[in-house]
Amino acid sequence: MSEFLEFQDVSKHYGDVKAVDHVSLTVKQGEFFSLLGPSGCGKTTLLRILAGFEQPDTGRVLLGGEDVTDLPPYERKVNTIFQSYALFPHLSVWDNIAFGLKVAKRPKKEIKEEVAKMLTLIQMEDQAWKKPDQISGGQKQRVAIARALVNKPRVLLLDEPLAALDLKLRQRMLIELDLIHDEVGITFLYVTHDQGEAMSLSDRIAVMKLGKIEQLGTPEEIYEAPRSSFVAAFIGDTNFFDGTVAEPLEKDSVLNGFLAAAVDKDYSRLKIEDFPDLECFNDKQIKEGERVFLSIRPEKMRISRERPATTPHLNIIAGTVEDVIYLGSQTKYWVRTGDYRISIIRQHSRFLLDEKPIRWHEEVWISWHADDGFMLEKYSAQDENLIQLPPEEVGENPPSLNGADLAGSATAQ
Amino acid sequence: MKAQRRVRVFEWLVTLPSLVWLLVLFLIPTVLVFAITFKPATPYGGIGSGWTLETLRTLGNPNYPAIVWRTIWLSVVVTALCIVLATPMGYYMARISPRRRQMVLLLVILPFWTSFLVRIFAWKVLLHPEGLLKQLLVFLHLCTPDTSLLYNTFAVLLVMVYTELPFAILPIYAASEKFDFRLIEAAKDLGATSFRAFRAVFLPGIRVGLLTAFLMVFIPSLGSYVIPDIVGGPTSEMIGNKIAQRTFVDRNLPHAAGLSALLTLAVLIPMITITTLRRKESPKDALREEGV
Repeated sequence: MSEFLEFQDVSKHYGDVKAVDHVSLTVKQGEFFSLLGPSGCGKTTLLRILAGFEQPDTGRVLLGGEDVTDLPPYERKVNTIFQSYALFPHLSVWDNIAFGLKVAKRPKKEIKEEVAKMLTLIQMEDQAWKKPDQISGGQKQRVAIARALVNKPRVLLLDEPLAALDLKLRQRMLIELDLIHDEVGITFLYVTHDQGEAMSLSDRIAVMKLGKIEQLGTPEEIYEAPRSSFVAAFIGDTNFFDGTVAEPLEKDSVLNGFLAAAVDKDYSRLKIEDFPDLECFNDKQIKEGERVFLSIRPEKMRISRERPATTPHLNIIAGTVEDVIYLGSQTKYWVRTGDYRISIIRQHSRFLLDEKPIRWHEEVWISWHADDGFMLEKYSAQDENLIQLPPEEVGENPPSLNGADLAGSATAQ
Repeated sequence: MKAQRRVRVFEWLVTLPSLVWLLVLFLIPTVLVFAITFKPATPYGGIGSGWTLETLRTLGNPNYPAIVWRTIWLSVVVTALCIVLATPMGYYMARISPRRRQMVLLLVILPFWTSFLVRIFAWKVLLHPEGLLKQLLVFLHLCTPDTSLLYNTFAVLLVMVYTELPFAILPIYAASEKFDFRLIEAAKDLGATSFRAFRAVFLPGIRVGLLTAFLMVFIPSLGSYVIPDIVGGPTSEMIGNKIAQRTFVDRNLPHAAGLSALLTLAVLIPMITITTLRRKESPKDALREEGV
């Protein structure tokens, strides 16, 4: 499991827009690696640089130790699954899958065997002679996968492969992709703007923003310990509190003074306008007086009618329920406290019918342990644009972000 | 059932104008041409009464096979050259920015703003022994002063390609514009070189455009007579010249009609054969055949 695929200081710009900005990144053999980010973050450009469709302005791309930066696409042992599938419309399913093998001038017998194997893998043996416009979206997707995999690429590149499918199909293909990855054992480089897809499939994820890698880690690391408020907001839901870091907590308020000397520096008080002071875990040693965002995931908060017992580092706040959405396995609450509308998720590990559920307008208590919140640098207005718009629309709306994806798609045509 | 029938009636109603058009302007004249072939000619250029096989006998003129053969090979070469030139052009036009595309499209159409005859006379001036092109070629030592650029098959070929080229470019461009160029990328991704991708993916992708270009160039080429008349010589006569000659000089309409009918059959028979043959093929075989 050495570094198998390596981007070294890769940059690419289109006009004034830096699509990829000095990115260095290594992927291990057999890994399922995702590039995740809103449109225009440079993830597709990075993929196209590896495929050979774009030349980087700076940097090198290494594949299995070999420098492939200057190789044309057809000499690279990588294959791509395109968002549009790009199946050849004049060829049957069989001929689409056989295309790469025929180009490589493999013996006829071998081509027949390999294509047959692939057709079995994607369970389309009986559709081999249909043309792409005679099969469904999900089937097209599977043919695209087979067409790429039959060449036994060293890396399989997937460019938003599920974006064109409806939700149900997407979920099924998600499982199929995972199974295929386990079965063939090759390296997958997966590009998506959908954090759900990235989280459920990946061994590791690189969250990208404006041409740079914002955070790289396992899905757990990225969700549980986001390094920036952008990552926290882009991956899953979160509550942000806008505050100023105050003094570290006093010793006597920490764990009855027993471990106090060791831990007191790790917790700080956070002052928030028109809101009670909060206790926060300060692992980054943010200095007093800094303005920060405190991020707390909805499922990390507890909601109750009775005030919970005070324990060290437990933040307890009173509020009024504004909205309740019952989702079967869980219930989502929105609770108003001052200027904040806090979202809380409660899992029904045990739901008792005779228990009176919390309803609208009830006065409730919200509580969470200081360890479950993260103090992060405040995100910019630009970040807010990136996060709040549905990711597909981001590239189209703010003019400042247009360039990268427009340029990308213009050359793709 | 009733709604279905109404849809059918509606379909017939909207198809009717084009059917009438085809009937009046194509089918009836064609039948007339075939019919006149079997009429006797009158000395003053009219059509006599009764029926005769006289024309069929005169069509056996020993000069004709050579002319027919020349007409066919000239048309084939013109069509091939036009398609070979127009395909990269269509590809190029589909890839450039819409603004530049408008410009290039305008340039392609621009010649149509000048009369066809004027343009051919312009070529006559260019190719003339005292003409600009000839003088330039001599100056560059690319030809000797006594080589003739005019009144030969070469001149006919050149001017025919010039005239027909837009008719090849336009349908090929229209098909290229609809072509999904991401498929080229997909082909390269699967290991195909640029040329292989062009041949195995682009050409099949625009085959409707290619077929249209073929028909748009080949059929008018078969019938052309103005170009060989103006820039051609006695060795580059085409069947169109003979038809014109029989109509305007000899004033023998049945004979002219006979030659026209011959030309029509020469185009129709191969085309009908090809289409019926293709239709008989099972779709499965057709798919295999189109494979790379």
